[in-house]
Amino acid sequence: MLELRGLSRHFGGVKAIDGLDLEVRKGEIVGLIGPNGSGKSTTVNVIAGVFPPTAGKIVFEHQDLGSLPTHRRLQHGIARTFQNIRLFGQLSVWQNLWVAQNAPGERARRGFVARWLGGQTGVRAEIAELLEFSGLAHKQDELAANLAFGEQRRLELARALAARPKLLMLDEPAAGMNNEEIGQLRDRILKLRAHGITIVLIEHVMELVMGVTDRIAVLNFGQKIAEGTPAQIQADPLVRKAYLGGI
Amino acid sequence: MDFYYGLAQTMGIHTLLGLSAYIVLLTGQVTMAQAAFFAVGAYAAGMLTVLGGWPILPALGAGGVLGAATACAVGFPALRVKGLMLVVATLAFGEGVRLFFFNFDYQVAKGDIKVGPLGGEGFRQIRYFQENGWTTGEAMLFIWGFVVLAMAALWWFDRSRYGAVLRAVGEDELAAQSVGVNLTAVKVSAMTVGGAIAGIGGGLYAHYTTHIEHANFNVLLATFAIAYPIVGGLKNVFGTLAAVVFVQAFLIEGLRFLGDWRNLLFGALIVAAMNLRPYGFLGGRRA
Repeated sequence: MLELRGLSRHFGGVKAIDGLDLEVRKGEIVGLIGPNGSGKSTTVNVIAGVFPPTAGKIVFEHQDLGSLPTHRRLQHGIARTFQNIRLFGQLSVWQNLWVAQNAPGERARRGFVARWLGGQTGVRAEIAELLEFSGLAHKQDELAANLAFGEQRRLELARALAARPKLLMLDEPAAGMNNEEIGQLRDRILKLRAHGITIVLIEHVMELVMGVTDRIAVLNFGQKIAEGTPAQIQADPLVRKAYLGGI
Repeated sequence: MDFYYGLAQTMGIHTLLGLSAYIVLLTGQVTMAQAAFFAVGAYAAGMLTVLGGWPILPALGAGGVLGAATACAVGFPALRVKGLMLVVATLAFGEGVRLFFFNFDYQVAKGDIKVGPLGGEGFRQIRYFQENGWTTGEAMLFIWGFVVLAMAALWWFDRSRYGAVLRAVGEDELAAQSVGVNLTAVKVSAMTVGGAIAGIGGGLYAHYTTHIEHANFNVLLATFAIAYPIVGGLKNVFGTLAAVVFVQAFLIEGLRFLGDWRNLLFGALIVAAMNLRPYGFLGGRRA
């Protein structure tokens, strides 16, 4: 479904990603792990079109994404969340999801004026469903900025889902969460997979990564140093070395 | 009474100017070009009634359309840059438009006199209201009709999904893009709507002062345009109206008795107001 071929992104002399090859198949949950600064977030940003790759190709559903801008990539079905939460703080929870009603075909399906007014039942039902999924229905009129940290993470996930993506990239969704919240996140991720959404998961919380992913790719200094099932990765000496420093 | 009518006219026109910047500020862009769109509308509408013999409404409409077209044309290149660079770019554009009108001659003989814009001399005798026997009060109501219309339209706009999208772009462009918002389309359309409002405001201004010249549309006017929504707050359109009343009725007219001291106090009071209400009179996001 998603294929990275020799992907590189350099910032001046820094090679944030350096010749990365990665394949994500439909319906998979692929973990992307590695030490801080190993190029995980940069990979997500390049796939999302925040900045263009220095070299290499991103192929999504047999189509080279080239230099498509971010909002057009969403139309192809690629959505993401951010490592540092980026909500629209001065909009209500409901409005955050309203703004994100940009699923492919939405324009044709609802017509410009209906989308604009957005008051009709279809949109409302979909937003209600997202609120239900993320457990935020009782908070729908609160400003996003006033939500608790865990709630903000949930809202960001719901906002990314509003476009009904095929591929969802989660950038450290469990950062700062307690064990109970991580358990709920895990359930949500598995539910999404059951809905047929392919997921790329960047995470430092190993119990989550090892628990939900089908495959894991390990990055270090912008290069892939290992790839395999969670069990294979746990046993890999190179990975241990990158994480623990030569023990 | 005419004094109050005159003041009300000025306030109405400045409210339109402020509203034209309000919608652009919602997207987080600071524009110094609103005086230029205002000038385009003023000259266009004035020329159409004086030289073309058009009635006022279609002339104002044409002023609005031209203001919008100018804003749309300048929006595409200008909105590629952000922050201070956008301020500089729009400032340069505004000065360019002013200098264009400084050099713009298009006079036509009408009876014994020549009418039309005459470069630095300006454009005199835009006397549609007087020729058609409108009283100052009627002209004032006419202007405020447009103000109410513009405020109602923007109020409704704000509450539509489009309004939420504008505010989302103003808060976080990257996040807005990542949920599928086309930044260029949103920013340029906000600028275009702002240009239309400024153009109509300019057309009204030309007809109520009867004499316009390039110096009316300088940087100071552009500064006023963004100052109103910022001082008033971006919560809703009434912030802009409140700021216009504060500045025009209180600071400018109310303190006139202070003579030269007024100018000193003017700046100090704006600073004081911003310190007491950093998010504007009515609150809302910081611009």
